[in-house]
Amino acid sequence: MNKPSRLDDHEGSSQPQALPSSKSPLIRMAERFGFSNWYTRALILAFCLVIPFIVQSNYGMRVIIYIGLYIVLALGLNVVMGFTGLLNIGHAAFYAIGAYATAILTVHYGMSFWFTIPVGMVLGILLGVILGFPTLRVRDDYLAMVTLGFGQIVYIVANNWMGLTKGPRGIPGIPPPTIRFSGWKLVIDSYPSYYYLILFFVLITIYACVRVRNSRVGLAWMAIREDEDVAAVMGINLVFYKTMAFGFSAALGALAGSFFAVFQTFVSPNSFTILESVIIITIPILGGLGSIPGTIIGAIVMIAAPEIFRAASEYRMVILGAFMVVMMIFKPEGLFGKKLYEQTYKV
Amino acid sequence: MFWQQFVNWINLGAMYALMAIGYTMVYGIIKLINFAHGEIFMFGAFFTWWFMTALSIPFPLASLIGVMLACVVGVGVERIAYRPLRNAPRFAILISVLGMSIFLQNMARIIWGAEFQTFEVDLPYPPLMMGGVVIPVKKVFILLTSLVLMIGLALFIQKTYLGKAMRAAAADREAAEMMGINVNSVIILTFVVGSALGAVAGILYAVNYNSIDPIMGFNAGMKAFAAAVLGGIGNIYGAMFGGILLGFLEGIGAAYISSMYRDAIAFGLLILVLIFRPQGLLGEGKYEQAIKVR
Repeated sequence: MNKPSRLDDHEGSSQPQALPSSKSPLIRMAERFGFSNWYTRALILAFCLVIPFIVQSNYGMRVIIYIGLYIVLALGLNVVMGFTGLLNIGHAAFYAIGAYATAILTVHYGMSFWFTIPVGMVLGILLGVILGFPTLRVRDDYLAMVTLGFGQIVYIVANNWMGLTKGPRGIPGIPPPTIRFSGWKLVIDSYPSYYYLILFFVLITIYACVRVRNSRVGLAWMAIREDEDVAAVMGINLVFYKTMAFGFSAALGALAGSFFAVFQTFVSPNSFTILESVIIITIPILGGLGSIPGTIIGAIVMIAAPEIFRAASEYRMVILGAFMVVMMIFKPEGLFGKKLYEQTYKV
Repeated sequence: MFWQQFVNWINLGAMYALMAIGYTMVYGIIKLINFAHGEIFMFGAFFTWWFMTALSIPFPLASLIGVMLACVVGVGVERIAYRPLRNAPRFAILISVLGMSIFLQNMARIIWGAEFQTFEVDLPYPPLMMGGVVIPVKKVFILLTSLVLMIGLALFIQKTYLGKAMRAAAADREAAEMMGINVNSVIILTFVVGSALGAVAGILYAVNYNSIDPIMGFNAGMKAFAAAVLGGIGNIYGAMFGGILLGFLEGIGAAYISSMYRDAIAFGLLILVLIFRPQGLLGEGKYEQAIKVR
């Protein structure tokens, strides 16, 4: 007989037998190396700050900037998919909203890039809340289909509304963002400057996600993920928190879209197809749904891997599809994720 | 003019109906949407095209082989993406089937190329004339094929022993298992029948539009799903009704509102139905089916 030790182990307190730990070995390794210490974090941040001095090629910088962009996108999706447990196959729609908001407002109305970010985010939130409403009535696969249809509608509108989006021809010539500060002017149009811009966005996104996850809102989302009915019984307002998750996710998606527009200086509907949504989905799946460091590492792997194996670029989507199946069969919680309640405590 | 379009709409509706049956049958038994159904639709058309052009096999035989191969793909989807995950959280199954769908779609793109292929079938008969309306013989062919298949399916489900087993497994899987029904075989049979109907729908679609491409399954799949939901998912007659109805609504929307937004109309309709009447028009008030997890 094991004597009851580990009094601080609140995970197993209701069931005294030894339960399989819900932590993946990678998390335990990360903990051993002290990734939660402030000096480790400072070291990582310092490394991120000097990357443009290490990587000299434009191509390398481009890949790294894309990694940053996808970190923002995937962390946004992670709020809905990972924290709240709602499958969204239309995240590219929010991405498109942000990109088109920036493109149209800067090119046609001459607005500053910095002003278009909040506009894009507000539009994204509105759209996210609209998309969030069906989630109150439908679950799981139905919800997946609703989001899929929604993403496709946004794509169709972008492709056909010639007056606003110029249809398939897209909007070229988006001006680079500038920072003016009492006579001093900085134009963000080189790779290092874009890199620092996206690094700034990534840091804001990580900060926002961590703060929200640790707040009452985050707890409510996770309660909904584990069991919606129980969450409702415990007094969590499903309507409020689910639409909020979609709104939050949409805002981050729109932020990434705004950056994408100025980085590419060109937007067209082809950047926001269903395949784009699928690529974004695979990132939190690899890293572990709900895990912020996992999602970041997932983005690095998912965006860097196709660049390394360029010979197989034709097979990229095939590999992604097979990867999703294999991952779900053998490691549904991802590399860094926690197992879902129903997996850990099998009834 | 109206009647001319009427024929087109009912044709479109018949194809959606055939495909929607596949969704609804699979949903009835495993309570999950088969995301890869659109890919089966596409594979049915592509296999047929491939046997016709590369091996110059006549259309009837080629389509038979195409449908059979598409059934094999459908069973493969069940074996790989569903069966290992039968007791997993639904979230995991959804992602694995979505992955399967992406995999198949891009596999087709690699094998046959991403561009459109012409799908020519000679039906050497003069068009039918009905009170000033010219009905091309291929439309008659499409309509008759769908009608025969739908009636055949209804008889199969209602009259045969296997159909009874399928209904039993759909009503209550555990109880059916206790009655000695091999539910695994029934699930495979469901995938075979659903895939066959989906593949036939794909071939008819190709006959109608004379062109095929690897992503044809995506839009058609979404619309057929919308049709299945419209009629009430899990209900085979609902799927037939929903398919025809969607064909009409889409046709009317394209003709009188905007033809560029015809896909958006179908998807918008899907979202509206899911929000306001998730059990569908012919759903038996089984609110739970659409709303509840298990």
